Amino acid sequence: MSLIEITEVKKRFGDNEVLKGINIDVEPGEVIAIIGKSGSGKSTLLRCINGLETIDEGSISVAGAQLLPDELHLKALRLKVGMIFQGFNLFPHLTAGRNVMLSQMVVRKTPKAEAEAMAKKMLERVGLGHKFDAYPDQLSGGQQQRVAIARALAMQPIALLCDEITSALDPELVNEVLAVVKELASEGMTLLMVTHEMRFARDVCSRVVFMHQGRVHEIGPPGEVFANPKTAELKQFLGVVH
Amino acid sequence: MNYAFDFGWLADYWPVLLKGIGITVELTLVGGVLGVSLGIACAWARALGPAWLKPVVAAYVEMIRNTPFLIQLFFVFFGLPALGLRMGELQAANLAMVINLGAYGCEIIRAGIQATPKGQFEAGASLGMSRIQTFWYVVLIPALQRIWPALSSQIVIVMLGSAAVSQIAAEDLTFAANFIQSRTFRAFETYFAATLIYLALAIVLRQLLRGLGWTIFPKRAAR
Repeated sequence: MSLIEITEVKKRFGDNEVLKGINIDVEPGEVIAIIGKSGSGKSTLLRCINGLETIDEGSISVAGAQLLPDELHLKALRLKVGMIFQGFNLFPHLTAGRNVMLSQMVVRKTPKAEAEAMAKKMLERVGLGHKFDAYPDQLSGGQQQRVAIARALAMQPIALLCDEITSALDPELVNEVLAVVKELASEGMTLLMVTHEMRFARDVCSRVVFMHQGRVHEIGPPGEVFANPKTAELKQFLGVVH
Repeated sequence: MNYAFDFGWLADYWPVLLKGIGITVELTLVGGVLGVSLGIACAWARALGPAWLKPVVAAYVEMIRNTPFLIQLFFVFFGLPALGLRMGELQAANLAMVINLGAYGCEIIRAGIQATPKGQFEAGASLGMSRIQTFWYVVLIPALQRIWPALSSQIVIVMLGSAAVSQIAAEDLTFAANFIQSRTFRAFETYFAATLIYLALAIVLRQLLRGLGWTIFPKRAAR
């Protein structure tokens, strides 16, 4: 059984069908890049996986936890998949350390001392142990995004969803975030990332998913997808990107 | 003009004024704490609560915001006994002030909640927090920080508005002033003193609320 099973998923916003039957199975430890033009449905797909968007048809399960729209099932699912956002979404009134501690204490009912130890460990892991007491607005974009990664990791998810996590960053800050993601990948974390970083996708990912008009248009190892695009749409997309 | 101004005698009535100040402060404290709490609950209900609750809270808020405080006070004190709800003048004053601030506070706090970026709710949800947990731990403090100056002003307005409770014989500062004036017929000195005391109370209250803001909210969390 695959870790993440996405089966015939359809999603409509009003009359606009943005996902037209998506099938992807993700094995443990896989790193998947989802690429495609804006409007192709890649962010929506990612947001469906942890229930930020509801699906109209099909099914999604993560390590046996089924995506169902009630709060109990959603919580069970969200404890298995963490999510990192384009805009970081750190809690502005809490220090970096508190940001990482909050959900452990509130959701997992972890005792404070234990949550604090975990927060220190996770911030160390993303290279920000010394920023435990800094507020988000005292950190650079790259640092904020790394805190957001630490916050998601502290919940000990078995997979991470990354929604264009470097798109809001200044160019010189992109690499520090990608370096953290790369390390997670090498440690065996299962990752699904919507990204425009083609070089990163080629170097780090095990498979690349090219989405076009709400469908998986091409899927395969990066060597194949980038070197030998089969469809005209992917050729054109890669041409545009290069 | 042959009115001889004389403030010296006021010292004899200082205990009366002091008692009045005590009642006004107590009414403001209880009204402020419970009123803001009610306001938070109502703001949650109107902004994020279940659909059936929204019109109920909306009706309460609009009823209070579109009627005079004095009438609300009279209704609580003189009207409710008809339903068997009999209470003392201080209880009635407290209740009326809580209900009044609750409604105005609701609208102010709701504005703060609705200015919350969508990403904050999504971050809370993706970490496994329930809607209520996300509201309580993530949304509320920055929302209050956004509207803290407006909410502080409203609390001061309610404190000043508490002068109306003298009309149901709650012995607040205004009641004390009226009492002194009726004994001495020295209206100028009496109400001049009451004016200064209210002014001082308002300034102190504002500073306290500002200081409270500094302790509750870290720098610039509202962004």
